[in-house]
Amino acid sequence: MSEPSIRLPSAAQEGSGRRSFLRWLTYSVGALASAVLAAPLFGYLGGAFRRHKVQQWIPLGPVSKFPVQETRLATFNNDLGVPWDGMSAHMGVYVRNLGKDEKGMDRFLVFAQNCAHLGCPVSWFPQSGLFLCPCHGGVYYENGERASGPPPRGLFHIVPEVRDGVLGIQAPHLPTLQNTLDQRAKA
Amino acid sequence: MRRILAWFDARLSLRDTLVPMMMHPIPRGAAGPMGWWYVFGSASMTLLILQIVTGIGLALVYVPTADQAYESLVFLNYSYLPPFGWFLRSLHYWSGSAMVFMVLVHMTQVFLLGAFKYPRELNWLTGVLLLLFTLGMAFSGQVLRWDADAYWGVGVGASMAGRVPWLGPYLVDLLLGGPIIGADTLSRFFALHVFVIPGLLLTVLAVHLWLVLKRGISEPPVPGKVVNPQTYQQEYETELHKEGVPFFGEALLKDALFSALTVIAVVVLAAIVGPKGPGALPEPALLGANPKPDWPFWWLFALLSLSPPQAETFIMLVLPVVLIAALLLVPFVSNRGERAPSRRPVAVLSVIVIITVLAVLTYYGATEPWSPVMGAWSGDAVPPRLVQASTPLELQGAVVLQNKQCRNCHALDGIGGRRGPDLTRVGTRLTRDQLIDQVSNGTPGGGNMPAYGKQMKPAEMDALVDFLVSLRPPGQEPARPAAVAQTPRPRASP
Repeated sequence: MSEPSIRLPSAAQEGSGRRSFLRWLTYSVGALASAVLAAPLFGYLGGAFRRHKVQQWIPLGPVSKFPVQETRLATFNNDLGVPWDGMSAHMGVYVRNLGKDEKGMDRFLVFAQNCAHLGCPVSWFPQSGLFLCPCHGGVYYENGERASGPPPRGLFHIVPEVRDGVLGIQAPHLPTLQNTLDQRAKA
Repeated sequence: MRRILAWFDARLSLRDTLVPMMMHPIPRGAAGPMGWWYVFGSASMTLLILQIVTGIGLALVYVPTADQAYESLVFLNYSYLPPFGWFLRSLHYWSGSAMVFMVLVHMTQVFLLGAFKYPRELNWLTGVLLLLFTLGMAFSGQVLRWDADAYWGVGVGASMAGRVPWLGPYLVDLLLGGPIIGADTLSRFFALHVFVIPGLLLTVLAVHLWLVLKRGISEPPVPGKVVNPQTYQQEYETELHKEGVPFFGEALLKDALFSALTVIAVVVLAAIVGPKGPGALPEPALLGANPKPDWPFWWLFALLSLSPPQAETFIMLVLPVVLIAALLLVPFVSNRGERAPSRRPVAVLSVIVIITVLAVLTYYGATEPWSPVMGAWSGDAVPPRLVQASTPLELQGAVVLQNKQCRNCHALDGIGGRRGPDLTRVGTRLTRDQLIDQVSNGTPGGGNMPAYGKQMKPAEMDALVDFLVSLRPPGQEPARPAAVAQTPRPRASP
């Protein structure tokens, strides 16, 4: 099978001003078209990188709901996401009421439910005073410190705040080792 | 009729293009009995077509939003309108599983018969990409089954990605599409599963098939007949001219028969076993979830779970890159020489080792002995024979053992968690002092067992250790410190 050979005109042969102008015009208009498309498209896709530094307080209930020196699971709807998150936004955090400090202010420890190892949900066992992770057996003490197992650190602390006798937390994103929850977001 | 066909062919020119492709000669050996080795690629493609058809069917009903995906899956499973919703889900799962399996078999066959050698290196490279895309489909598809496994599975994936130095948090955002695992995450995986990966897969598949056509099907290997890049092409062409047979013939017939049998097997499996899930609700407030990936990832799941914490980040982040690079390098490490498995002991041994390792890891992934059994402390009974002769204090200790969640990691008579050692005969292994030390301080250096020293009252510790010492077969004495055991004892005469 012999195919008819097609000779492509080379740039040298195309030296005439009109042709070369047209070619460069095509290149530049093409580049412009790509640019005006690329900006919004990359902007759209880059939206995932937006850092979630918005301050959002979620009330968990009156302080009296949390007995002193005990750990309770508090559930809430996390509205950091979108309205159609449904039940996947219904989360829990562990609240430990440490009692009042010398100034009479309520002190709380609030832990995310995610294990610091790979993010599985830990369970609280009041009988042994331990948090246990079902996935790889990470164990934490009641103060959130790592007790044993594969986690490289303790539980993730969430910023608590008491307003008018109601305990609230700063809405938690999914905590990971390099993006924890203890930073207080700017208002 | 003839004129109508001629009218179309004058415009489509199929007689000049498609017909020669279909009738292109292949080595006679590949159409003979050895041809049964060549059926796995086409079977993978048949399963892919089945995936596309069932996938489109499911997309007609499935709702890819976090608040309704689960309900739409339950609807598919149980509603009678449309009929066979459950069967389509089942088919999609089983045919997808079969596709992963078939692609692996195809790859093993190509490797064993040395079909990746010159001039078919690109066939292998595109094949590796197709394997990766197939696994990508398996993972993204599992996320679309929006249940607790999917929710926490994404969490595990994100936690791994979050360990990448510096880039970690950005990768987590990219994966989740938002601050939490939710609707944005599901939409992302939906787009990946339905548009992005299939688009890539079909494109690379087109190149793969083009290469099969242009470089020709490899002839069955003959021991002693070596691949030499200088002469191979010519020898191959000569053999085809001398005794090649058309692809549309014996070879295609074998492909078709095997594909048909595969489809029947998948349909029977799908009908008998039924669809997978959805499992527990994707609601993080419901605790106790123990996510488990689908079976193609059990080996990796086991590898990560069994690795020491120090090596973990390396295995998560570096090992996959190394494995993929090794696969891609295969045709460049050896692209000439013998093709017959009987002359390639290293290749055969590698296949045996790799398959054994994957099988053992998959078995561990299936049984996951490293996971605590979260309900064992309250759900699993103390075997009566262990407490039949117990003193009141020992009975108290048995209660402490249950109450302090010890059973979640330790089994009695094989029942309970398997993370720590079975305690049925612990009284013969550890002395009272060693037991107190072990329970109070846990594994030295914060290993696998937490320190219970501050989690127990002295009375509880006393009772527990009494019970543990009593755990030994009837008539056997408790363990003694080594120093005491070494003192010579008079032997009882027989």
